[in-house]
Amino acid sequence: MSLLIQDLHACIPDREILKGFSLEVKPGEVHAIMGPNGSGKSTLSKVLCGHEDYEVTSGSVTLDGEDLLAMDVDARSRAGLFLAFQYPFEIPGVSNANFIRAALQARLPKGEELDAVGYYKKLYRRMDELEMSRSFTARSVNEGFSGGEKKRNEILQLMMLEPKYSILDETDSGLDIDALKVVSQGVNAMRSPERGFLVITHYQRLLDYIKPDIVHVMVEGRLIRSGGPELALELEAKGYELTHAA
Amino acid sequence: MSVAAPIAEPEMEKPLSPPLSSAPTNLTPDFTKLEDAPEWFQTRARAAWEEFQSLPMPGLRDEHWRYSQSKNLSLDGLHLAGETTEAEKQAAIEGSKGLSKVAARLIFLNDRLIHSQTDGLEQGVVVLPFAEALRTHGDVLQQYLMKRKADLGSEKFAALHLAHVQAGAVILAPKNAVLKAPIEIFHWVSGVNSLVFPHTLIVAGDHAQVTVLDHHASLRDEVAQSVAVADFVAGNGSHITYVNSQELADSARALHISSTTVARDARVKALQLQLGASFARSESVSDLAGEGSRSDMLGVSLPFNSQVVDMRTLQNHLAPRTYSDLLYKNALYDKTRTIFSGLINVADGAHYTDAYQKCRNLLNSADSEAVSMPGLEINADQVKCSHGATSAPISADELFYLKARGIPDQESRQLIAIGFVEDVISRLGHEELIESLDRRIEEKFARQAA
Ligand SMILES: Nc1ncnc2c1ncn2[C@@H]1O[C@H](COP(=O)(O)OP(=O)(O)OP(=O)(O)O)[C@@H](O)[C@H]1O
Ligand SMILES: [Mg+2]
Repeated sequence: MSLLIQDLHACIPDREILKGFSLEVKPGEVHAIMGPNGSGKSTLSKVLCGHEDYEVTSGSVTLDGEDLLAMDVDARSRAGLFLAFQYPFEIPGVSNANFIRAALQARLPKGEELDAVGYYKKLYRRMDELEMSRSFTARSVNEGFSGGEKKRNEILQLMMLEPKYSILDETDSGLDIDALKVVSQGVNAMRSPERGFLVITHYQRLLDYIKPDIVHVMVEGRLIRSGGPELALELEAKGYELTHAA
Repeated sequence: MSVAAPIAEPEMEKPLSPPLSSAPTNLTPDFTKLEDAPEWFQTRARAAWEEFQSLPMPGLRDEHWRYSQSKNLSLDGLHLAGETTEAEKQAAIEGSKGLSKVAARLIFLNDRLIHSQTDGLEQGVVVLPFAEALRTHGDVLQQYLMKRKADLGSEKFAALHLAHVQAGAVILAPKNAVLKAPIEIFHWVSGVNSLVFPHTLIVAGDHAQVTVLDHHASLRDEVAQSVAVADFVAGNGSHITYVNSQELADSARALHISSTTVARDARVKALQLQLGASFARSESVSDLAGEGSRSDMLGVSLPFNSQVVDMRTLQNHLAPRTYSDLLYKNALYDKTRTIFSGLINVADGAHYTDAYQKCRNLLNSADSEAVSMPGLEINADQVKCSHGATSAPISADELFYLKARGIPDQESRQLIAIGFVEDVISRLGHEELIESLDRRIEEKFARQAA
């Protein structure tokens, strides 16, 4: 049982971006990935979700033993994978509440209707935990949201969908100091022995709140170093220079 | 594949049959039925029949039929909708699922009234079936009935309508009457090749406020044609909100000819919601006749399979300081086509006019085609006008985002399409109305998926 990525290679038409990426995230674990701009962190997360811009040329990814790469984008999500996007998209005219509701509805067996009362109760509770105003239920998904509000909205979706494996792509960027704390608490509330997390970040400040078990360094499309939480501190102090030397 | 301005003559699949100058005998009106009707009406109905017979079917070069063709509304083989069975009446009444709270509801089947209810209509407000209004409110009808001539291409059909009209609602709201709940009318058609002539007349007195929802629906999926006329007269400071919800079966055809006259400081919002029919055409004219008047012309269509939606509009600014805002949105699927042709006319002297026109198309299929023909004619000063048309495929990013949350492809596309048209429907500003139209759109998607 794990999210198992083995020797993953992925490219865009003119070049390879992931060059032999391997990682296993087990339930209950929190992994952090750090790495310079352009090293392929967001590409990795989008490839895992099945984004059509990228072609997987070799390697494998399994989610609890199932071949993730053989699944459609939506099936991957229903299988238990979640990506909190670095740059969430806007969906004009679709209310946030309807959007999340449709996502939950899609997880029910055919013919079964989501209980609307229970849904709103849970939605409001999660929004309260994230200190989000109720007005965000009726507003169009991410439309006109500030950068920080969008990030908060990603975590709201995570908390509603309760995925088995979550990837957080720079969730901390755009969040103010208080919001960082609130959002991290939201993520921490979701931590459990049944759930695994992959946290992509540039800064230690997020890892102060969401404490990782393992920290990895990604450079040019693959992991070049892994270690304990102290590795993040070391990177913060010395920068990625040391990784090149290693 | 948006066409910003017509450059070439439209392609025609087949040669058109010769213009229909003499009327098919089975459409001849039975004027003896009008013996109870006021003299003036009998005269006008007969004159309309003469006019119908003398007018040719619009030809291929008729500018109002560009990229479309009048043979889509061919009368060949059609007959006046006939008597129906008790079971059909029952089915129509049961099928008339509408708003939960209405001030009045009328249900017609084949141009015959089969149900009518009023629920606490405000003092002095009249909601009557057409035939009865003709007897009891003949003077008002004489003043307003089809006084604004249809001039966006369907003059011949309008004449046929006037020669036959018997069904529909006449709604008269006296000065200061504010209707809290909407008035809802259902027009059902039954029988292969049936032709119906639904009519709607709304006259709002000064400062009156009224909301009306028309439905056009079929009992079965069969060829039938609706030739509807709807006229709105908005007195000083009054508000009229109107929706034409066209829900006919896929084999049916629909024509909706409407004219609006907006007096000083009055406001009219009218939405064309095109859901059904193989071919649906709307012609909507808004005359901004009084200073400070405002007209919101709204349109939504979601054609599937090979449906064609043909929309013609005129924002006619006749007085100074008038405002019109047109927003039509089409979400096209499969091999469908939409044609939008809109003109903004700012008459001599209509200074300080604001006129906006936007047509946006969401192409869900590479085989769909949206033609947009915006137009402007300005003869006044200090005028603010803009018009624009866009066509774009569904956004890959939006689609990916929804699917990445586990929502299957089809549901994701549906959410995006509903979201795309949502701002048009929201402009009605009437919560229950908006919800009920949203439901109808969702039902259309559900039917399509089944
Ligand atoms: N769809 C794409 N088309 C073209 N280039 C792309 C595409 N996706 C990624 N790239 C390129 O691949 C490289 C890796 O991008 P990616 O977004 O994965 O980096 P990152 O590690 O997430 O960086 P950051 O820390 O700045 O977020 C970059 O050079 C980027 O420009
Ligand atoms: Mg990135």
